[in-house]
Amino acid sequence: MSPKGGGRGDRLMVPEAEFESYYGKQIIKTPTWKTPDVPLYLFLGGMAGGSALLAEGAALQDLPALEKVARGAAAAGAGLGTVALVHDLGRPERFLNMLRVFKPTSPLSVGSFILAPFAAFSTAAFGSMVTGWFPRLGRLSGVGAAAFGPPLATYTAALFANTAVPIWHEGHRELPFVFGGSGAAAAGGLAMMLAPVEQTGPAVRMALAGAALDVGAVEVMNHRLGMLAEPYEQGPSGRLMKAARALTAAGAGLSVLGRRSRLVRVAAGAAYVAGSVTLRFGIFEAGLASARDPKYTVVPQKERIAAREAAKVTSTGSPTP
Amino acid sequence: MANSLHGPLDDVQADAGYDTHPPRMGFFTDTSVCIGCKACEVACKEWNEVPDDGYALSGMSYDNTQALGASTWRHVAFVEKPMDTPLTTTDLGLPGMGPPGAMESDDQGAASGDAGVRWLMSSDVCKHCTHAACLDVCPTGSLFRTEFGTVVVQPDICNGCGYCVPACPYGVIDLRKEDGRAFKCTLCYDRLKVDETPACAKACPTESIQFGELSELRERADHRLAELHEKGVDVARLYGRDPDDGVGGDGAFFLLLDEPEVYGLPPDPVVTTRDLGSIWKHVGAAAATLAGLGVASFLGRRR
Repeated sequence: MSPKGGGRGDRLMVPEAEFESYYGKQIIKTPTWKTPDVPLYLFLGGMAGGSALLAEGAALQDLPALEKVARGAAAAGAGLGTVALVHDLGRPERFLNMLRVFKPTSPLSVGSFILAPFAAFSTAAFGSMVTGWFPRLGRLSGVGAAAFGPPLATYTAALFANTAVPIWHEGHRELPFVFGGSGAAAAGGLAMMLAPVEQTGPAVRMALAGAALDVGAVEVMNHRLGMLAEPYEQGPSGRLMKAARALTAAGAGLSVLGRRSRLVRVAAGAAYVAGSVTLRFGIFEAGLASARDPKYTVVPQKERIAAREAAKVTSTGSPTP
Repeated sequence: MANSLHGPLDDVQADAGYDTHPPRMGFFTDTSVCIGCKACEVACKEWNEVPDDGYALSGMSYDNTQALGASTWRHVAFVEKPMDTPLTTTDLGLPGMGPPGAMESDDQGAASGDAGVRWLMSSDVCKHCTHAACLDVCPTGSLFRTEFGTVVVQPDICNGCGYCVPACPYGVIDLRKEDGRAFKCTLCYDRLKVDETPACAKACPTESIQFGELSELRERADHRLAELHEKGVDVARLYGRDPDDGVGGDGAFFLLLDEPEVYGLPPDPVVTTRDLGSIWKHVGAAAATLAGLGVASFLGRRR
């Protein structure tokens, strides 16, 4: 009663790995994180983190329209992201327990201590800019938000990687770069949509570099993951990942082609944003698929044991009992 | 502290901050004498007032419980495995009705008439890992290490973030949907505090579930394994016994008669926080890259 294999849906390009399981049941639990809450939070955090950087650069180079859009995006992303995160909790009324302890072993704890100051700084910076009150404190808050921005955009990769979900955990070297790049693409893309064309130069460059980082890191990750990468390449989550790559590439293409046209620039920005959102849903869904199929848990672990045994044999010259 | 995140750890309670503490307590589940009666499941539910987890028939042999979860803290697995070779009987030392030696033809497989099918039964439970991923990733401090070295959820602190759920390499802990919080085996923390045996071990009629000091259980398990190997039961192996394994050894470990995955257990579990250093290092590098990318976007042309 121990079925061999367990692939569903898509046709396989490589022979199915042989493995045993308990009635085909999954070994690790499927993450209970809700959708759209969590994938949306990943997007919002990345977008807000990138926007805080964009806002500070714009302030330094005196691009007020870009600054305003980016400050707004940072504050809105932090606010909506916090709402999504609290809504995801099984006991939302206890969300303040997140700040009860600080634990470096828990990326969610570390992230709470990144998100909380980021939300405060970005909201203060945007509020000050809109109202004109406390301009110096406002600028200082903007610098604070820019400092917490990159950690906010990338810590979520640690959040996913520090689990037993094979596709997330084994991708822990590349995932932070995927998320950072995607956050930059989303922040640049949003600014391209909302800021006047003549001030979007830095946003275009940021989005382009972010898109290259994101797409490149996904390629490297999939290559290194091997069989574990299947959910990124096949099935519903694979389709999301493909759509994300196509949207991000379209954003890059449009932004390079239509340098002067407002319409093309808005379309390019929208493609970047859509690409970033889709990517987060793809990575989230792929994690669920990776957890549900015992193959991804059992096969790499068996290979690990076999490799250890082989190493023992070569080092001692004879198999150990 | 050395080995706080992975590797062997002699005094898990001291590592968690206890200056003085009782010995580390645990379970040794010897599946070779499990008869699949599920008394452990029932006793656990009753003592801990765990709600029902549905009354569906699974079609998986006698296992309608199916898996550990928020409302299932002991789970008896039933494996019906076709045998390539004809069944040979081995006296596993199960208690029987007749005089010693009368058991030869009374093997589980032979008695059920299912020649060519081997029955495996095993009562699974939270492993109370030396390096517990659920505890490491819990952002609220709700999950904690007790003075007995066990891992327990404090329901008054848990806010249902669910991080422990995908962190567990064994798939033990889960959120209770209607409640929102995470639950799992407490190794009967309340009973341990008053020197009582956990409910499942107390109810087990064959002493398949043995409770005691972990160091003593490990000795007992080694002895039992040697005994079985001597009798020719080569398939017997200990699971979770080795302090050098990926989780630093389990507080609740097993004697199995087949590969772990046959019972739904991961063959080589590793605590996710073993790679924590590498994870944070890569996040730091990515954050720095993003910051550099932001600066670079403003270099050169102003617009």
